Amino acid sequence: MSEGRQMCTFFVDDLYLGVDVLEVQEVVRYQELTAVPLAPESVSGLINLRGQIVTAIDMRTMLGLPPLAGDELPVNVVIRDGVDEAASLLVDQIGDVVDTDHLDLEEVPPTLVGPARDLVIGAYKLDGRLLHVLDTAPVLAVQTVVPARG
Amino acid sequence: MTQTTPVFSEGLDDICQEFLIESYENLDDLDRNLVALEQDPTSRPLLASIFRTIHTIKGTSGFLAFSRLESLTHVGENVLSRLRDGHLRLDPEITSTLLALVDTIRALLATIEASGQEGDIDTEPVIVLLNAILDAGTAAATPAPAVAAPVPASPEPANAEAAATAAETPATDETPAAQPGTPSPSDPAEVAEMPAHVDVLEAMAEPVPVADDHAWHEDAAGSVVDADQSAAQRSVADSTIRVDVGLLDQLMRMVGELVLTRNQVLQHVGEVQHIQLQRASQRLNLIATELQDGVMKTRMQPIDHVWQRLPRVVRDLGAQCGKSVNLVLEGRETELDRSLLEAVKDPLTHLVRNAVDHGLESPADRVAAGKPAEGTLSLRAFHEGGQVVVEVSDDGGGIDPAKIGAKALEKGLVTRDELAAMAERDVLDLIFRPGFSTAPAVTNVSGRGVGMDVVRTNIEKIGGTVDLASAVGRGTTVRVRIPLTLAIIPALLVGVGQDQYAIPQLNLVELVRVDAGAVENVAGAPVYRLRGNLLPLVYLDQQLGLPSPDEADAQNIVVLTSDGTQFGLVVHDISDTQEIVVRPLSRQIKHVEAFAGATITGEGKVALILDIPGLASRATAHWKVTAAARAAEAEARAPESSAVKLLICELGDGRRAAVPMDDVARLEEFSSAKVEHAGDKLVVQYRDDLLELVDLASGLGMYGTSPFESENFPVVVHRRNDASDVGLVVSSILDVVEQDVALNPVGDRYGLLGSSVLQGVVTDVVDVHALVGGGKEMSYV
Repeated sequence: MSEGRQMCTFFVDDLYLGVDVLEVQEVVRYQELTAVPLAPESVSGLINLRGQIVTAIDMRTMLGLPPLAGDELPVNVVIRDGVDEAASLLVDQIGDVVDTDHLDLEEVPPTLVGPARDLVIGAYKLDGRLLHVLDTAPVLAVQTVVPARG
Repeated sequence: MTQTTPVFSEGLDDICQEFLIESYENLDDLDRNLVALEQDPTSRPLLASIFRTIHTIKGTSGFLAFSRLESLTHVGENVLSRLRDGHLRLDPEITSTLLALVDTIRALLATIEASGQEGDIDTEPVIVLLNAILDAGTAAATPAPAVAAPVPASPEPANAEAAATAAETPATDETPAAQPGTPSPSDPAEVAEMPAHVDVLEAMAEPVPVADDHAWHEDAAGSVVDADQSAAQRSVADSTIRVDVGLLDQLMRMVGELVLTRNQVLQHVGEVQHIQLQRASQRLNLIATELQDGVMKTRMQPIDHVWQRLPRVVRDLGAQCGKSVNLVLEGRETELDRSLLEAVKDPLTHLVRNAVDHGLESPADRVAAGKPAEGTLSLRAFHEGGQVVVEVSDDGGGIDPAKIGAKALEKGLVTRDELAAMAERDVLDLIFRPGFSTAPAVTNVSGRGVGMDVVRTNIEKIGGTVDLASAVGRGTTVRVRIPLTLAIIPALLVGVGQDQYAIPQLNLVELVRVDAGAVENVAGAPVYRLRGNLLPLVYLDQQLGLPSPDEADAQNIVVLTSDGTQFGLVVHDISDTQEIVVRPLSRQIKHVEAFAGATITGEGKVALILDIPGLASRATAHWKVTAAARAAEAEARAPESSAVKLLICELGDGRRAAVPMDDVARLEEFSSAKVEHAGDKLVVQYRDDLLELVDLASGLGMYGTSPFESENFPVVVHRRNDASDVGLVVSSILDVVEQDVALNPVGDRYGLLGSSVLQGVVTDVVDVHALVGGGKEMSYV
């Protein structure tokens, strides 16, 4: 991923994450999921995105976090995967599109621990908060460290 | 394929039309290639391609008896072969001449298309030009002029002279065109008349009689036939076009989507009271269906495309094997998707080879077996239940299961125990195992141990099945079933828990709903007895790691077939059948073995498509192990017990009892209304006599629901020693088993011989003689 682009940002728990907007196909509200039995735990299911079948990956599971509390519903950040496939990242909440043109990508802060460390490439220092750049490759490959679930 | 013009329907057959279409296309290529060749005059691939095109046209025109076209292309071919072999070098003049050749061929084709005959297109000028090039080239290349005449059709000494003259001038000189050409054998008079020099040069400048490249589609025919007529007709090339299969695939997918969307619309429209909307949706429904049919048709081709080369294959093979074979092809016109056609080509050829090589016996053996010396190999193709069935049958020696079994043992494909437990059909099925070959000798044709497994793999890859049936001495039939198309398939939607799963209907045999109690356990594996055959069961919820419902009183069994074996898939509920578009799984879930793909249902939900072959192998893996275990067990205890035939009955409340078949005279069924009283006994009028009835359950001291409460009840008629009959009333008759019975005294009581485990269920074996054998004085126990 090249530096200094626009980032599509979102929240998973209190983690502020972003991916390059060019990787994002679209952002859609929660869609009904069809479970895929026997699939990796982080695969939440399949959604029908206007006729396209998209696999939804639960970012909370990927990051080793407990499921979303109460009846809050996650949001789909649909990421392009190869030529004509796509996968959706289920995140808690969507943030703004942030211009990081003028910023330098910094190293993954030492405060970030757990599975998130392996999924974050670096961070941008924004005003008063740190934007972690998500590495979509291992996420889309569902390469997850067995998450410690409560 | 083609909207035939009037001329065609009268005069020309399919072959000619195909020839025209193909030739037109090739000529277009030729134009391009020739121009490209000018840039790169020595390009061998280009030259070879041009040569091939002309050669093809020549061959076919000869075959179709278009002699002028043939002689024209023949000369052209000669020039091209010299160019190809480097004896002649391309220059602009030769290119122009070749282009003129192309245009003349076009004009001829147009005439043929319009009138069915070659008409009076003048081919001479071009032939003359070509021969001139040839002569000049020959002379330049080989200084021995006397033997230089390369055109077999021109034996005249004039030609040698001409070549000799040409030799004096370099080949690239402008003069070669001025050489008088070889007279065409078809029309010598015309040549004699021709003032060679001027005409030829004119021909160069205006190369073809009908040379306007853009106009020829519309007008070329007009120069030789009535303009009216040609305007009314569409040229063959205009009425068909070649389309990239990729584009058709894409269209097909989109139509699939449209069909699904249509389904969704229809579903919602039903909920709304809006007359216009409903009308519009009905139209949408109709149009979408027709569109789907239409697009599917564009991809359909008759199976004959694959079959047409079989007669030759069979003939050659027969000759090679010393067998005479009568090949019968039925249903050549049966259509299927072209991608499938491509996929079945090799498997079918393989089956045919197998049949000739292994299936049919040598003529001597056949005569010895009382069969005609000529073997018959028949291929039958037909549509059945949304599938295409192709049968390859021979009337040869058939396949002996014993030999197959022995071979499989020898190859270590099965163990002796496994083999012993196998049904004949399963033994035959071993042929499809990898590495299996029964040919006693490896022949040139087949028998190298690859084959049937590949056939099956390839057919299953496209969602088809292969079955084999054989009768020793009478022949073998291999039945291949393939779907009509791959893009949209009918599927059954079943439910487990919250979600729906799709099962391709190809695999579906039937749906059965049974009481939970009807499921038995054989050696730890659940089975259901479906019309006497044990059907291994697979619980979809367990397979998918989903929770099972609380004790259901009835179970839905989807009977499926895959790989030639049947099994029952137990699901929570069965919704309906739908046409679905199969989509591949994304890479995140591709490795999940239970699923073959995904689809979007009419409700707009995503449903996973079950991988039936995968499930089948899981079901049968367990089954085969247990079957082998049972066989081993049976073998182990065989010495001390002997097989007894037992009739298994149900006695109400799910209890089972077995009556030795030796004690059973007949089975009858009576209506409860017919039951009458005679003294303290229940009787029915039966064969002009009274048949005493004894309720077997109460006879054995078990009291529960009386079988008389149902409308009809079955009766086991027992003939006593004194030849009087007595009827044992039971709730239902379940089965007949022949089994070694080891009687266990547990639960011993009057009227029972003992208890035994039959079909995995503890069953009381009735002592009929003790119970009712006493004759008339015997009363209730």
